[in-house]
This record gives sequence, C-alpha cells and structure tokens, in this order.
Amino acid sequence: MNINQFLQHALTGISVGGCYALIAIGYTLVYGILRLINFAHGDIFMIAGYFMIFSFAVMPFPIAILVTLVATTVLGILIEKFAYSPLRQAPRMSVMISAIGVSYLLQNLATYLFTALPKAYPAIPGLKQVIKIGDISTSLVTILTPVITILLVVLLLWLVNKTKIGMAMRAVSRDYEAASLMGIKLNKTISFTFAIGSLLAAIGSILYFTDRMTVFPFSGSLPGLKCFVAAVFGGIGSIPGALLGGFFIGICETIIKAVGLSTFSDAFTFIVLIVMLLIKPTGLFGEKNIDKV
Amino acid sequence: MLKVENLKVNFGGIEAVKDISFEVNEGEIVTLIGSNGAGKSTTLRAISGLVKPSDGKIIFEGEDITKIGSSEIVSKGITLCPEGRRIFPDMTVLENIKIGAYLRNDDLTNDIEKCHRLFPILKERENQLAGTLSGGEQQMLAVARSLMSRPKIMMLDEPSLGLAPLIVKDIFNILKEINEEGVTILLIEQNANMALRLADKAYVLETGTIAMQGTGKELLDNPKIKEAYLGKKN
Ligand SMILES: Nc1ncnc2c1ncn2[C@@H]1O[C@H](COP(=O)(O)OP(=O)(O)OP(=O)(O)O)[C@@H](O)[C@H]1O
Ligand SMILES: [Mg+2]
Repeated sequence: MNINQFLQHALTGISVGGCYALIAIGYTLVYGILRLINFAHGDIFMIAGYFMIFSFAVMPFPIAILVTLVATTVLGILIEKFAYSPLRQAPRMSVMISAIGVSYLLQNLATYLFTALPKAYPAIPGLKQVIKIGDISTSLVTILTPVITILLVVLLLWLVNKTKIGMAMRAVSRDYEAASLMGIKLNKTISFTFAIGSLLAAIGSILYFTDRMTVFPFSGSLPGLKCFVAAVFGGIGSIPGALLGGFFIGICETIIKAVGLSTFSDAFTFIVLIVMLLIKPTGLFGEKNIDKV
Repeated sequence: MLKVENLKVNFGGIEAVKDISFEVNEGEIVTLIGSNGAGKSTTLRAISGLVKPSDGKIIFEGEDITKIGSSEIVSKGITLCPEGRRIFPDMTVLENIKIGAYLRNDDLTNDIEKCHRLFPILKERENQLAGTLSGGEQQMLAVARSLMSRPKIMMLDEPSLGLAPLIVKDIFNILKEINEEGVTILLIEQNANMALRLADKAYVLETGTIAMQGTGKELLDNPKIKEAYLGKKN
C-alpha cells in the first residue's frame, strides 16, 4: 500500500466511521436514559432508507430529505410510545425483549411491504460528485460525512449540556424520581431522547446509503450491531465515546478490508466488543457505576 | 392548606400506609415522627405523586390532587426534599440549584442569591460536581434545590439523616427561617426531639396509622413519646 492508497482508505474509513458514530449516538442516548439497548435502532436506520427511496420518487430532493428526517423521528417516538413506555415499571429484561420484537417486526414488515430484494437508493444530486485532492479521488459525500458528524455532535453536546431540555435529559438519566420531583416530565423527556436518536440515525442513513446505493430489509442489522459495539467501545452512555467508537470501528474495518482480509472485517468488530468487555467493560469514557441506586 | 384524608398505599400485598388523615395549615410547621417502616416516606411520596395511593384523598388548597402527576404537583407549589438527598451527583452545584427551578421561566438571580445567603458554602462550591460535596453540604444543596421552585409548602424527608449535631442545628434554624418567610413546612424526622421543638403540630405514625397527635410541646411532654422516641425514662 503506498501513501496515496493509504490516505484513500483512511478517508473512506473516516466517512464510514462518521455514519457509525451517528447511529452509535442513538444507542448511547437511549441507553443513558432508559438503560435499554434499543435493538430496533439499526432497523429504524434501515426504514429511514426506505423512507428516502419512496419520498424521493415523488418529491424534489430537499423535501424528500426533510420528509425522511421527520418520518424517521416520528417512527422512533412511536416505537418508544407503544413498545417501551407501557413497560416503564417492568423489569429491564422485558423492555429488552420488546426491543428485539420491534427489530424483527420492522425487518419483516419491510420484507412484506418492499420484498427482500435490494432497492436502489436514489442519488442525491451533488453528493456523489467526484472530488480530487492531489492523487486521491473521492466523492463529496465521503468528505461531507465526517464534517456533518462532528458538527452534529458539537450541536448535541451543546444541547445536552447547556439547554433546559438537555438538563432534563441528564437528570432523568441519573434519577427518575428526583427528576420528577423537579417537575420534569419523564415521558416527554424520554420521547425527546428517542426523537434525537432517530433523527441522527436518519441523517446517518442518508449518508450511508448514498455511498452503498441499495437498501434491503436487513440493511440495518449488521451496521446496527457494529454501531452498538462502537457505543460500548466508547463507553455506553457517553456521546464523545460513541463518536470515537464510531470512527474507530469504521477506520479499522476499512483498513482490514483494504489489506485483503475482507472476510475477517465483521468478525473484527465483535472481537473488539469481547476484548473491550474483558479489559474495560465500561468502555473508554463510560460511567463508573452503570446501575442506578 | 394540605389535607390528607384516609390515605392508603399498598405495595403488592404490603399495606405501607393503612389509613392516615392529617392536615397542614398555611404557615405552620408540621412534623410526622415514627419508627422505621412506619410509612412516613411513603406518605410524602404519595403526596408528591411518586406512588399512587390505593384509597383516600389528598387535597391542596381545596383542590383534589390525588391523581395528578408529580410534575403538575410541583407546579402547584408542593415540593419534596427526598429521603437520602437525591442530588444529581454529576451536575455542578449551581446546575443542581437551577434544576430546582425547572418549571419556572423567569429570572432566577434573586432566588440563587437567596440560596447562597442561606448556605454560603454552596456559593463557594458553585462549580464543583455535586457528588463531591460532603453529606451535610449535599443536604443543604437538596434544601436549596427544593426552594428554587418557590414552593408554598415544602416537605422534607429526614433532612438530618447522618449529619453532625451542629449541622443539624444549622439546618433546623434555616428551616425556621424559611418558614418565617412564608413557606409552610411538613417535616419527617427521626430526630424527634428537635422536630417536636420546631413544630407547631405533630403526628406520630405507627405501622401505617396515626397513633397520636398534638402540638409539638404536648408531645414533647407526653410520657409515652418520651419513652418511645426521645429515649428518656420518666
Ligand atoms: N417500593 C416499595 N415496595 C415495597 N414495599 C415498600 C416500598 N416502599 C416502602 N415499602 C414498605 O412500606 C413500609 C413503609 O416504608 P416507608 O419508607 O414509608 O417508611 P418510613 O416511615 O419512611 O421509614 P424510615 O424511617 O426507615 O425511613 C416499609 O415496611 C417498607 O418496607
Ligand atoms: Mg423514610
């Protein structure tokens, strides 16, 4: 591998990593507030792909993007409302099982409605435009993805740390009852958290599928798992952790593929998970005591 | 002002509160004392909307609030400073104070100043994470946080728990000060002696029912109370 090839792969890795980071944040936010691994998150990401395909077919692209973002956000809120919030008093395991149920439901619904065959993802004008930097040639979306990811993370950190709703999110993450005693509405705060997680998944989905060019009902499962690993790697519950984890998994995966070990690249992700759980279960930036008092 | 009528709370098969009625008038300091597991905390939690009563009524300023959610209860002017402080350890001291005013949208400067005047240490520690405060400081923070909602009635669940006698005295003096500024107080205490001295009215809870009631002074002088709660023999 010469230096140009390396840079080329690094760039691709950073771009995939950006998408992973956006999805990983959804896992981290939901885990932070509900202590739930939202197994349906990857499938929300997949459905966002279909939203884009169908809205793009009938609308100009800026509106199609908007529709995709809004529809995915609403989907996330509805899943929380119907599948998780009725289980607020139930043991955590029940909610987890409900999440797995929602995941299968979305996959099967997509298979039923759209068939299992991959559908072509629309080319958003401009995004696939080729860009040349020296000897490296790449597309606009590859460069745009990490930039958008970092901007969104900065915005999200501001939201969580500096605004009132962010304060409510942090309070609810820590202590439901104490938050209620402050007048914070639990359900509203939890809905808001799902809305943000789903919105970021929708943005990640647009960037990811623009590069992959097809969507099928299981498009969300493997990326979903990898992003979950990214979130665990960075320390589940931590936003900067999810960002770092996303980039780490994305870059490693691309480099492993580039050196000709493609078949090994997915296994690598799960080796990362196992190793991390063995040596530092709380991840890079994880909270020290995960369980609430 | 606050009237609790025949309140019952069950947890599964356990009757934590069996049949409790009491009343708090505006401007008073009322205390509930009783041994461990008597149902004191559960009573306050029911008033705050954290647990659902299985029977009975809670009436605040003439309005039935039994079935109202905890957020709305705060907005009506009832605040609970919970057992074990429950401050937010990974927020700063100042953020903890501010979050007490979550439902307000007006300017907080004066209220924050007031908290700092009552508890100067909280100003010194303003930017420190609340989890790093000592137990006594955390209790002060919890009281300050509760005050920030501008409550009409403030309920406190064992504010003296685990604190040195000198600090307990401080906190009780401040409760008195808060009361003199017009906040009604409903206080739960293990420290019956101090609570009864402070209170206008007191109720004694035993296994989910009210066993005795009277003015603070009456109960202080009552031989049964002396023996059971004040640890004195006649
Ligand atoms: N969530 C719960 N689930 C089951 N039982 C509960 C629950 N909360 C309280 N109880 C039971 O209800 C009874 C009353 O508890 P409560 O906390 O009100 O007592 P307390 O008077 O505040 O005691 P203490 O002085 O020790 O704080 C206890 O027997 C307790 O075990
Ligand atoms: Mg108690």
